[in-house]
Amino acid sequence: MVLDVGIKHEQGAFALQASFQSDGKLTALFGPSGSGKTTIVNAIGGLVRPDHGRIVVQGRVLVDTKKNILVPKHRRRIGTVFQEGRLFPHLNVRHNLLFGRWFTPSSERKASFDHVVDLLGISHLLDRRPSTLSGGEKQRVAIGRALLADPQLLLMDEPLASLDEARKAEIYPYIERLRDESGVPIVLVSHSVAEIARLATSVVVLSEGKVVASGPAAEVLRHTHYFAQSGLTEAGALIEAQVSGHDAAYDLTVLQARAGTLSVPRLPHPIGTSLRVRLRARDIILSLKAPEGLSALNVLPGFISSIDEAEGASVDVQLDCGGDPVVARVTRKSVEELGLKPGLAVHAIIKSIAFDPEALGVAGRENM
Amino acid sequence: MMEGLSPEEWAAVRLSLKVAFVAMAASLIPGIAIAFLLERGRFWGRQALDVLVHLPLVLPPVVVGWFLLVGFGRRGPIGAFLAEHFGIVFSFRWTGAALACAIMGFPLLVRAIRLSIAAVDRKLEDAAGTLGAHPAWVFGVVTLPLILPGIIAGMVLSFAKAMGEFGATITFVSSIPGETQTIPSAIYAYTQVPGGEGGAMRLTLVSIVISIAALWLSEWLARRVRRRVHA
Repeated sequence: MVLDVGIKHEQGAFALQASFQSDGKLTALFGPSGSGKTTIVNAIGGLVRPDHGRIVVQGRVLVDTKKNILVPKHRRRIGTVFQEGRLFPHLNVRHNLLFGRWFTPSSERKASFDHVVDLLGISHLLDRRPSTLSGGEKQRVAIGRALLADPQLLLMDEPLASLDEARKAEIYPYIERLRDESGVPIVLVSHSVAEIARLATSVVVLSEGKVVASGPAAEVLRHTHYFAQSGLTEAGALIEAQVSGHDAAYDLTVLQARAGTLSVPRLPHPIGTSLRVRLRARDIILSLKAPEGLSALNVLPGFISSIDEAEGASVDVQLDCGGDPVVARVTRKSVEELGLKPGLAVHAIIKSIAFDPEALGVAGRENM
Repeated sequence: MMEGLSPEEWAAVRLSLKVAFVAMAASLIPGIAIAFLLERGRFWGRQALDVLVHLPLVLPPVVVGWFLLVGFGRRGPIGAFLAEHFGIVFSFRWTGAALACAIMGFPLLVRAIRLSIAAVDRKLEDAAGTLGAHPAWVFGVVTLPLILPGIIAGMVLSFAKAMGEFGATITFVSSIPGETQTIPSAIYAYTQVPGGEGGAMRLTLVSIVISIAALWLSEWLARRVRRRVHA
């Protein structure tokens, strides 16, 4: 088990009571602000001392209030990337990167400076001062600095929250490479469903200091009611697909998933690239018959595996399309009129422009 | 008038520089420690310590000198103890002048350092901790470099105060030429005798030159450090 957390903590009027386990390469802590994400991350990193509980990282007990164990932060070997970067202003980029290395026993120095610098694309910044870097560059240096201390776990507390969309898009690929290549498990705090859909392998959903769901990303993201606070429209299925071709004439890219082929607006990725694609529940229409004369390009045949409990007017219908889980959000009225029930064969219809480009990430092997 | 300094005047200049330098150097480490205690410490009596440190700023210097005389004189409780066990004597020695100057400059030194400590982003210290640095290392390689401009400012203030200190010094250690007669007490002595205007004027000019040089040096240092720390 990479991470095993069970803590109780009170801070003024806010009470946190969270327990979860994760074995994922990238565990996302998701929840609205005030849900306790940052408190959990700070408790793992040693910046907050929880009132009660236990925190175990990679089999090492860092906190156990019953046994009076509280490892101080400088001996935890938990790297942290903060929202504001927190680079040391009096050191240049090279010395910022090497800071943690001074305090790492030489037998445990595994991360190669050149490799990390290369991985994050910061070799041209080494002699610069932090104040001369852009927001995205600062965050990449902060990630490198944490990695070069050879942490057993990397905490990222909304590392992209202060960046605009363009800068975020610049950093996502680096986090994907980190997840797939560095061998250091990551805990990412985020309040963006799209970000999680793109990056996470496991998701822990928090609300008002409690864990409301945790598990593999594809599993958790299928259920819209976990994401009620961020708007009921955010949930969706996460499926893996390969780029099978580009249609230059129509500016489209064709993806092949187990569920079938999907046409999406032209993507830059070369043929053969594995992508994770998020299909938002609200973007999917269900039809009993194979549709004809429709402008939507994507039709995935499948059958209903289950129907979630209704909330208000709408309900989530879970589908199995050739082995890929897909979820559609339809009205209760449609469920009744169409006679939708588990086992029924249906067609899921998706407009090609409905794909969430922000959530379209390069999938590492076995990261789904 | 401009015929150069007499041997006694030179002695006063040398003594003033020595006293001011020793006062500044000796109060530096206690000054940093007290500034940290006052800014970061949460302990009973912090307010009282704050008042005590600031007293020399508001008390008449003569009063401070008198307290020193009572406490650190040969028969004073502290003075007698130090003389007996460590052979350190303050009364009517240049070391006494340095002690008086150090105490008078102490609140200025502490205030400057304390302000710079308050300005340090403690999140940077947390970040250093998560990178494996023991709190002592965090202080040495993160906090200290970041408060260096404040330390330099405090040192200059302490030095300048020591160069100009008069009341506490003359009360505590008198004005013995060659031993405790600093530039201000020498100027005062010149003004008390007929025909002393020339000497007073020469020492005044020296005093101005030293002050301007100290200011200029501190500005230059501060700019260099700021560039290193924040550029």
